[in-house]
Amino acid sequence: MRLGGPVCATPTPGPSPQAGGKERGVSDDGLRAGRVDPRRPAGEGGGKAEAPGIWPDAVLAARLLATDPHGFGGTVVRAAPGPVRERWLDLLRAALPPGAPWRRLPPGIGDESLLGGLDLAATLSAGTPVARAGLLAEADGGLIVVPMAERLPPGIAARLAAALDTGTASERGARFGLVLLDEGEGDETVAEALADHLAFRIDLSGLGSAEAARDGAGAEAGSGPAAPDPVGTLCAVAEALGVASLRGPILAARVARALAADRPVGDVEIAAAGRLVLAPRATRLPAPQEDGPEEADAPPADDRPAEDAADPAEGGPSDDVVLEAVRAAIPPKLLDQLLAGGARLSAAKAGRVGQPAASRTGRPVGSRRGDPRRGRLDLLATLRAAAPWQALRRGPEEARRIVVRRDDLRIRILRQRTETTTVFCVDASGSAALERLAEAKGAVELLLAEAYVRRDRVALVAFRGGGAELVLPPTRSLTRAKRGLSGLPGGGGTPLAAGIDAALTVALGVRRSGSRPVIVLLTDGRANVARSGEGGRARAGAEALQAARTLRAAGLPALVIDTGARGEGARAVAEAMAARYLPLPRADAELLSAAVRAAL
Amino acid sequence: MPTFPFSAIVAQDEMRQALLIAAVDPSIGGVLVFGDRGTGKSTAIRALAALLPPMRAVAGCPYNCDPDSPAESCPHCASAPGPRKSHRKPVPVVDLPLGATEDRVVGTLDLERALGAGVKAFEPGLLARANRGFLYIDEVNLLEDHLVDLLLDVAASGVNTVEREGLSLRHPAKFVLVGSGNPEEGELRPQLLDRFGLACEVATPKDIATRIAVVRARDAYERDPEGFCAARARDETAIRKRILLARERLPSLAVPDSALERAAQLCLALGTDGLRGELTLMRTARALAALDGAEAVTDDHIRRVAPAALRHRLRRNPLDESGSTARVERAVAEVFS
Repeated sequence: MRLGGPVCATPTPGPSPQAGGKERGVSDDGLRAGRVDPRRPAGEGGGKAEAPGIWPDAVLAARLLATDPHGFGGTVVRAAPGPVRERWLDLLRAALPPGAPWRRLPPGIGDESLLGGLDLAATLSAGTPVARAGLLAEADGGLIVVPMAERLPPGIAARLAAALDTGTASERGARFGLVLLDEGEGDETVAEALADHLAFRIDLSGLGSAEAARDGAGAEAGSGPAAPDPVGTLCAVAEALGVASLRGPILAARVARALAADRPVGDVEIAAAGRLVLAPRATRLPAPQEDGPEEADAPPADDRPAEDAADPAEGGPSDDVVLEAVRAAIPPKLLDQLLAGGARLSAAKAGRVGQPAASRTGRPVGSRRGDPRRGRLDLLATLRAAAPWQALRRGPEEARRIVVRRDDLRIRILRQRTETTTVFCVDASGSAALERLAEAKGAVELLLAEAYVRRDRVALVAFRGGGAELVLPPTRSLTRAKRGLSGLPGGGGTPLAAGIDAALTVALGVRRSGSRPVIVLLTDGRANVARSGEGGRARAGAEALQAARTLRAAGLPALVIDTGARGEGARAVAEAMAARYLPLPRADAELLSAAVRAAL
Repeated sequence: MPTFPFSAIVAQDEMRQALLIAAVDPSIGGVLVFGDRGTGKSTAIRALAALLPPMRAVAGCPYNCDPDSPAESCPHCASAPGPRKSHRKPVPVVDLPLGATEDRVVGTLDLERALGAGVKAFEPGLLARANRGFLYIDEVNLLEDHLVDLLLDVAASGVNTVEREGLSLRHPAKFVLVGSGNPEEGELRPQLLDRFGLACEVATPKDIATRIAVVRARDAYERDPEGFCAARARDETAIRKRILLARERLPSLAVPDSALERAAQLCLALGTDGLRGELTLMRTARALAALDGAEAVTDDHIRRVAPAALRHRLRRNPLDESGSTARVERAVAEVFS
């Protein structure tokens, strides 16, 4: 796939390929004059392809959202905290009809406060049940702002999604919209399961406060002729962008209708809806338009796989116009991501396990003070805590036999067996590696098949040529693993240091998420590519040893499987990382998985 | 706003068939829907529940007991015999959110009454509310194993047995369990998979015409919900009648030996463990025959339900690339040749 000018305009700081995906903070760097807005095709792309820009679109989304919070579901706002985000939130809040609720979701909120139910403190002091509405019901008709949405626990995300679906929470009306403030860095993003329900996704990161100071364009005042088939066009655009979920086009149709208000929906509205709703969800690029001066007449879908080659004609010329307008609004980071060939990793997040301390299941190992709505009541411990105070608490008019205060409540501490994540770090270099790679793939699949029973996870990092790549993010899914593994190429030099670095990053992430990482490194230890991507055996070897020592310092358990015939290099690396060392030059998948199992 | 009508759901034939079968015979033991997001899973379940006629329930009974024949295990109705007041209420669809505690699902000691009045009372959980309705679990693959285990157990027996916090009671919990999830985000253990009655795979429609039809239907519904539903009232009534008739017909429907033999052959050919495969296949085919208004179960019924009833019971071979649906279809072709 050839990519046009917009990609080249994206600044790529840092020498390593990973740095391209990193966030630029929303500091005032953006104020520097002459910064090229990467989404603008620098003039020559043709007037019709020009998107109004990030900020005006963000303002437009805010206005739309304020008119019907529940209908549009809400928005994801990706931005670091700062003046730009605050300004956008102020605009949104000002656009809301007067009296519409505006709530903030406190982190670590419990079910009772979220969905409504018993007010525990009031109930205990009154001795009779005191009910209260939950936050969702309180926000009926308004918006809920969710700070740090990228860290939203899956349970809360699921409840929010369910309430968005039904418009109710605990049988009370809860027709609210969500503003998910995504402050994630790099690959950290909001759970897709929830974001899919929301119409808009705004990326304000990298936007300077000067740009945000403008009031934004007025609402798209389209006066063009009515489009013949708005729904068809939006579906065609969604298809061209690889938007699989049908919520995308459905929400886009809603947005187009709202923009048109009483008039029939025209191309302007459709283009705006595509920009706001569909472009941020794109998972592939539509076939590129030529950026040259001559007008590109080719239907935009021609280069796509044959499965859907028939459709562009039926939508008529307005499809092209809209698709081109939407294409200009595709986030630049997506281009980087697609260019790098990296899959969107955020999907795996939904399954992230919580910290073991917050475990809700497992073996009881004592009790602690806490709210029984968020854990399991330990009745004995509660009564024991309340007992010494009974004489004091039982006043003359107190009819209750036992007076329990909130401070007395004890809940059980549960400890769960922590799962293990095996991070395979596989040397995919050179011609001989092809075979080793197949073995490693087989071993990963076999281990994964067993992991069902133990609920363990597997990840795979491969290194070859100029660097390392996360082929398989930590997963328990065989489907996903198969897909990731089947596309793994081999060949090239041996950037051992980069491979160990990548495995370390993955393992640390795994440890942060509460699981136990184990690294399995398959290599012959003959590093010949340095971190910088340059050749040179001596430097590459020194760097590999240094990376290995970093791994040891991080205290990660590791296993090195030497696939070379006469490997001294692998043994040295194993010693540097204090790993177990297994020379297995002729291992097949079965033997390999057995060895790993035995070693761990 | 009225619920999106069941008859207006485009495509997803297998899922709709599985849900209808489960509505006719809840004892089949739950439907697992695996597939992409935004494919109308939740819409279909809510639509089906809304389509069913409102049920009569004993007033004040937390378990929605039928006034004519309250469940034997119902602690509420058993304690107050005699004529009961009843009221009509829609068939419940209870959402079980991810991260729900066991307390909330099973029910627990009623804390306020225990602490306030010193009474040992039971506070019913989600299972009680779902009695005679649907229990929908989104992302069932991410639910903790022990909860899934418990849910499947209750779904199969129809009774929730509570033994905790000094409470000891049983209450009716008959519901159609519908679980959905995306296998890309983690899979269910085979032991749990096997306990779901039916499993269907849904995918976002790939051809643009179907996609447009879906979005168009949704768009029309949003513009004018009442009008949209009114236009489909007749179709909805037809489906409702079909379900109700099928429920009546189910007990008297014949299952000839030849059909049982076919089912057994099919399961043997696929090497499914245990007899659960045959049993579900037989029950499912019977429910489908009842929906069709047939006199007896035929090969055709078995053939139509075989993928949904068996695909999740196959032994998994991690190095076998062909999907389980393909394997079932191959076996069906062999057995019925």
